[in-house]
Amino acid sequence: MSILINKETRMIVQGFTGKIGTFHAQDMINYGSTVVGGITPGKGGQTHLDRPVFNTVRESVEQEGAEASIIFVPPAFAADSIMEAAEAGIKYCVSITDGIPTQDMMKVKQFLRKFPKNKRMVLTGPNCAGTISPEQAMLGIMPGHIYKKGVIGVVGRSGTLGYEAADQMRELGIGISTSVGIGGDPINGSSHRDIFEKFEQDDETKVVLMIGEIGGSQEVEAGVYASKHMNKPVVAYIAGLTAPKGRRMGHAGAIISSSGESAAEKVEMLQDLGVTIAPTPSAMGETIAKVLAKF
Amino acid sequence: MDIHEYQAKEILAGYGVKIADGGLAYSPEDAVQRAREIGGDVWAVKAQIHSGARGKAGGVKICKTHEEVEAAAESMLGRKLVTHQTGPEGKVCLRLYVEAGTNIAKELYFSLLVDRAHESIIMVGSAEGGMEIEDLAENNPEKITKIQIDPAVGLLDFQAREMAFALGLEPSQISPAVKVITGCYRAMRDLDANMIEINPLVVTGGSGKLMVLDAKMGFDDNALFRRQKVAELRDKTQEDQREMAAADRGLSYVGLDGDIGCMINGAGLAMATMDMIKLAGGEPANFLDVGGGASAERTEKAFRLVLADEGVKAMLVNIFAGINRCDWIAEGVVHAVKKIDMKIPLIVRLSGTNVEAGRKIIADSGLPIITATTLAEAAEKAVKARNEQVAKEAEGAA
Repeated sequence: MSILINKETRMIVQGFTGKIGTFHAQDMINYGSTVVGGITPGKGGQTHLDRPVFNTVRESVEQEGAEASIIFVPPAFAADSIMEAAEAGIKYCVSITDGIPTQDMMKVKQFLRKFPKNKRMVLTGPNCAGTISPEQAMLGIMPGHIYKKGVIGVVGRSGTLGYEAADQMRELGIGISTSVGIGGDPINGSSHRDIFEKFEQDDETKVVLMIGEIGGSQEVEAGVYASKHMNKPVVAYIAGLTAPKGRRMGHAGAIISSSGESAAEKVEMLQDLGVTIAPTPSAMGETIAKVLAKF
Repeated sequence: MDIHEYQAKEILAGYGVKIADGGLAYSPEDAVQRAREIGGDVWAVKAQIHSGARGKAGGVKICKTHEEVEAAAESMLGRKLVTHQTGPEGKVCLRLYVEAGTNIAKELYFSLLVDRAHESIIMVGSAEGGMEIEDLAENNPEKITKIQIDPAVGLLDFQAREMAFALGLEPSQISPAVKVITGCYRAMRDLDANMIEINPLVVTGGSGKLMVLDAKMGFDDNALFRRQKVAELRDKTQEDQREMAAADRGLSYVGLDGDIGCMINGAGLAMATMDMIKLAGGEPANFLDVGGGASAERTEKAFRLVLADEGVKAMLVNIFAGINRCDWIAEGVVHAVKKIDMKIPLIVRLSGTNVEAGRKIIADSGLPIITATTLAEAAEKAVKARNEQVAKEAEGAA
C-alpha cells in the first residue's frame, strides 16, 4: 500500500469554486482521485465539476464521508481552513497555499496537538506541491504523468525538485510508492521525520528518498530517527550548496541562520548517520538505482 | 522586513517600554536642533541603517558639545556604512537618531525570536549584554537563558519574572523588567514581528532604572497584508535594488557573486541548479525563481532582471514544467531573446509537460540557443559557454 492516500481516499477541495481550486480539482479527478466535493462558504447546495459544494467541512464529512482535503484558500484564511478541517474529522490535509503568516502556523500546530494522536489530522505543507501515490490518487498540483508506480518513498520540501527526482527515476525504470511534499515554510505541518515513520511502516516502500534543503534542522532529525528506528535504507540530497548565510533563497524556510543549517554541514551529519548521499541533484536517480541493486 | 532602530523604539514605547529621549534628524542642523531640544550635556548620534554592529563602523558617536553633534552628523549622513552584517557594499545612512546620553551601570541582553524547532516564540536573555549574542552563545552558552512561550496562552507573568531574575537584577528592578519583557512580547504578537532584540537593555547608574538603549525589530513578510502600519515603515533605501525590483514583479531574486545568470522555476530546483553550476566549475550570478505561472511577459521581465547584472557572461534557463507547459515557456524565451538582443550565450533546458513541443519551438526559432536535456548537461554547457565568452571578451579587449 501507499501512505496517506490511495485510490479509495475520499477527498474534498477547500476553495473549490475559485479559479485555482477548479483547475487543480479537475486535474486530480482526471488522474483518478476520488474527489467527492468541495467547500466554498456561501455556495453550499450548488454543484461544481459534477460534485456537491458544501458550506462547511463538517457537512462534507457527514454527507460524503470526506477523509482528506486540499486547501487552495488565500493565505489570510488558510490557517482557519486547516483548523476547520481538523475539527471536522478530516484525517489528512494538504495545504497548497503559500504565504501563511508564521504566527498563524504556530496556532495551527498548537490546535492540532489538542487532539489525541490517533485522532489528530495529519497536515502536510503549507507551501507545497501536495502528495501523489502514482497510478492511484493525487492530492496536489504536480504533473501526474511523470510519476511511475514503484517502491521508492519520496519526501521533499520543493515541488519542482521533486518532479526532477521523479523524472530521473522514471528514466531509469524506477517507480514511487508515494511522493510527499512537506513545503518550504519554516513551520510546517509534517517534518521529514514524520513522513519517514509512515514509510517505515509501509510494505510497498523499500527505499526512502529525502530531498532536503538549507535551513532548520528537520533533515538531520530525520537522519537521527532513521539511524535508530528504520530498517529501510535512506538516500538524501540537500540543495543549497551555493547559498550564502543569512539570505532567504525563495522559500521562507531556506535561510541559513545558525550552525548545522548549511547544505555541507547537513550532508556531513547525514553521512555520519548512515544515510546515502546523492552528491549532485542530477544523481538522485542513479544513487537510488545503486541502493536498489543491493536488494 | 526590517525597520530602523528609532522606529522600533517608537513602537516599543507605545507598549510601555522605557526609552531615552531622542529625535530624528535628516541634516547636521537638524541634529544640533534635536540635541538642544533634548538638553543635557551628552548625546549619542546614531546612524539609522538596517544593520547591527554600527559602533565599529563609525555609526554611533558619543558627543559632549553641539559642535561634536554636528561633526558626527556630517561624518555619517549620505555615507555608506560597512558592518559585518551589511556585506562589503554597505548601507547608505540618510537618517540619524539623536539621543540623550545614558549613564550605564550594567548592560543586559534580551530578545524574542521565532523558534522553528519548537514552533513557538522563544525568549532569550543574558546578564551579559552589549556584545554579540552569537559570540556569547558559542563561548559561554551557560550565561544564556531561554524560555519557550506557549502559543495557546502566550507569555505568562511567572515566565517574565523568571527571565527578569535570570538577567541578574535587584529585587526592586524585577517589576520594571517584567514590564519591558511583556511589552516586547505584546508588540511581537500584535504586529506579527518575527524578531525583537534589545541589546543592550541597560541599568542606569545612580537611579538603577531600566532602559532600552538599542532595539531591532524584524517582521514576517507573510503577515504584512494585515499590518498596514508596519508595512508603511519599509525603507527602500536599505534594501537591495534588484531584489526589490524583482519582488515588485512577483519574482524571487537574490544577487550573488558569480557570472552565470539563472532563471529557474521553484526554489528547490533553483538551489539545485546553482549547486550543479558550482560542481561543474562555475559560479551562479543569482538565484531567481520565476514561480509557477511563467507567462511570456513574466519571462521577459525575468530575462531583463538577470541581464541587468553586467557581470553576467552566460545565462541558464532551467524549467521543469508542472502547471506550466514547456511550449508556453519556449515561446516566452524566444520572444524575450528577440526583443532584448542578448549579447551572451543562452542555455535552455526544458523538462516536464509538453517538452517535445517546447524543444521544437526553440529549435525552429533559428536563434543561437544552446539546449540541454538533463540538469547535469545544462550546467556543463553553461560553464563551457561562460568560459568561451570570457575568452572571447579577453580577445576583443586585447
